[in-house]
Amino acid sequence: MLSEQEQREIAAERAHYEQPQAAAIEALKIVQAHRGWVSDEAVADIAAALDTSTAAIDAVATFYNLIYRQPVGRHVIHVCDSVSCWLMGQPRLLELLRAELGIDLGQTTPDGRFTLLPTVCLGTCDRAPAMLVGRDTHRDLEGVDAQRLATLLAAYE
Amino acid sequence: MSQKISPPDKPLTDRIRPEHAPFDVAEYERAGGYQALRRALRTMAPQEVVALVKDANLRGRGGAGFPTGVKWGLVPHGPDAPKHKYLIANGDEMEPGTFKDRLLLEGDPHQFIEAMIVAAYAIQADVGYLFLRGEYHLAAQRVQRAIEEARGRGYLGRNIKGSGFDFELHLHTSAGRYICGEETALISALEGKRAVPRAKPPFPTVAGLFGRPTVVNNVETLCNVPHIVNYGADWYRGLSRTENGGTKLYGVSGRVCHPGAWELPMGSSAREIIDEHAGGMRAGLRLRGFLPGGASTDFLTAAQLDVAMDYDAVAKAGSRMGTGTIIVLDDQTSVVAMVRNLEHFFAQESCGWCTPCRDGIPWAEKVLDDLVYGRGRPGDLELLEQQTRLLGPGRTFCAHAPGAMEPLQSALQHWRGDFEAGIAPAAAAPAIAGPATPEAPRPLSEVLETTPMGPVGEGGR
Repeated sequence: MLSEQEQREIAAERAHYEQPQAAAIEALKIVQAHRGWVSDEAVADIAAALDTSTAAIDAVATFYNLIYRQPVGRHVIHVCDSVSCWLMGQPRLLELLRAELGIDLGQTTPDGRFTLLPTVCLGTCDRAPAMLVGRDTHRDLEGVDAQRLATLLAAYE
Repeated sequence: MSQKISPPDKPLTDRIRPEHAPFDVAEYERAGGYQALRRALRTMAPQEVVALVKDANLRGRGGAGFPTGVKWGLVPHGPDAPKHKYLIANGDEMEPGTFKDRLLLEGDPHQFIEAMIVAAYAIQADVGYLFLRGEYHLAAQRVQRAIEEARGRGYLGRNIKGSGFDFELHLHTSAGRYICGEETALISALEGKRAVPRAKPPFPTVAGLFGRPTVVNNVETLCNVPHIVNYGADWYRGLSRTENGGTKLYGVSGRVCHPGAWELPMGSSAREIIDEHAGGMRAGLRLRGFLPGGASTDFLTAAQLDVAMDYDAVAKAGSRMGTGTIIVLDDQTSVVAMVRNLEHFFAQESCGWCTPCRDGIPWAEKVLDDLVYGRGRPGDLELLEQQTRLLGPGRTFCAHAPGAMEPLQSALQHWRGDFEAGIAPAAAAPAIAGPATPEAPRPLSEVLETTPMGPVGEGGR
C-alpha cells in the first residue's frame, strides 16, 4: 500500500503530464525516497496509482540506474568510473573505499550504513575524481588518503 | 528598455559568480534579466523570433550542431497548427567529460528559465519540461526555486505579462541512463517508459511527446536565445571567430594544470583552450591526443591542436566538436586502457534495443580488456576494426553505437602499436609483432601500471 503522503506526492507529479504513466519515474523516485528502495509490491501499487500495468512499471524500474530494486544502505555511495575520473586516479579511490568499507561494488556494509555502487560521469570532470554520497557530490579526491576518506564518511551516520 | 546595457562578450556566464548563490529573480531583473522576454512578447511575432535565431546561426550545443532556428521552423505554425506543442530542455548531461550545462543551471537558473519562455513563445509551445539528470541535485533545487519565483512574478502561467501567451514549465529529474540524452529516447523517458529511441521520421518537431509537435534543445543552446533577442543576430555572429555563431562553453579535463570550463569565442583553437586556459600539461607529462567533445568523439593527435573548435573545422579534422568539452590523453596513460574505459561506459549504457549495439559493444570491451592485460590474440585488432564498421553509422537504431566506435576507430588508427603490444607474446604472429606506426609501442609493464584494478562489477541494481 502506498502511504497517503506517497499518494499525494505522486498525484502532484501526475498533474504535470497529459498521460498518467508519464509520472512513472517520479513515482518510483518518490517511493524510493520514503522507503530506500522499490519492492515488487510497490511496483504493483505504483502501476495501480498510474492506471497502467505492473509490467509497464517494472520495465521502467529495471531500466534506470538510480532505481534500486533491492534494499540498500542508509547512504548510497556512487563512485564515478567514467573517463575523466579514471584518468585522475579513480581506481585508487575505489580501492581506498573498498578497504575502508570492507565491501565490493554492489554490496552493503553489514551495519546497513553504506552501499557502494559505480556510476557514470557525474559532470564535474574538472574536479575529478568525484563521487556522490547520498545527495552530496564530493570532488577533488585525487590525493585522498584513508584518513581523509574516513573523516569524510564519518559525517554520514 | 529603460536602462542601457552594453552587450557582454561572454553572455552566457556574465552573471555567474563562482562559489556564490545564483541571482534570485530580483537580482536577475536588476541585471537586465527578463528584458528579452518583454521585448519578444511586446514587439516580435513568434515567427520573427524564429527568423532571428536562424539569422544568428545558433547551432545546437548538445553535440550534433543542428541549426536551432531551422529546427524551430519545422514545427507546425499558424492557425491550423495543433493546439498543444511542447518544448523540452535537454539537461541530461551524461556524456563523459562534459560539465557545462551543470554550470549554467546552477550558476544562472533564471537565464535558463527566461530562455525557455522566449523559445516556447517562438514555437508557441504551451508546456515545457527541463529534463535534468537525477544526479544534479543542486541544479534541481536551484531551478525549482527559480521556477517558483518566475511564476510568482508572472513570467510563467496564463497570459504572461498581459501578452495573451500561456506557458507552464515543469522540472523532470531523470533516474539515470545516458541514452536519455538522445532526443527521441528522452521523449520516451518523459512519457514514463524505457528510454528507447524511436524511428525517425516522424521527427519530434511533428510528432514528439505524447504525439504532439515537440522541440528538444540542449540547455546551453537555449541559454543563448535571450541574448540574441536583446542584442541581435549581427552582434551574436560577431562573437564568433568562425561561421558558427556565438560563444561556446569549452572545458578541459584530464591531467592538465588547471582543468575547468570557460566561455570563449566559438572557433577558439584546442591549443589555446588547453595551453592558455587549462594551463597546459602537468609537469613531466606530454599531450598525446585528445577527445575534442566528449567520450563519443574521435581522438585527435598533438599534431592537430591548432584546429578551430567549431562544428565544421573539427569535422574536417576527422572528429566532431560534440559538446566542446575536451578530454586530454597524456603520454603516461595507456590509450588501450582509456579506450577500454570508454567502451565499458558505452556497453553499460546501451539501451539494449538493437542487437549490434547491445552485443557488439560488450564484445569490443572484452577484446580491449584482453589487450589491456596482455592476453590479446592474433586477429584481435582486425576484429576490433570490423566492429567499428559493423557498429558504424546506419547499422544501428540510433547514434549510440556509432558514437562508441569513434574513439576506438581513431585510437586504432593513430596508435595501432599500443594495441598490438597487448597481444600475448607467445601467441603473436611474426607478421604483426612489430610496431606498425612510427610511434613505438610502450612496454607492457608500463601499460599495466596505468590500468585500473580490474573489471568493474555491475553493481546491485
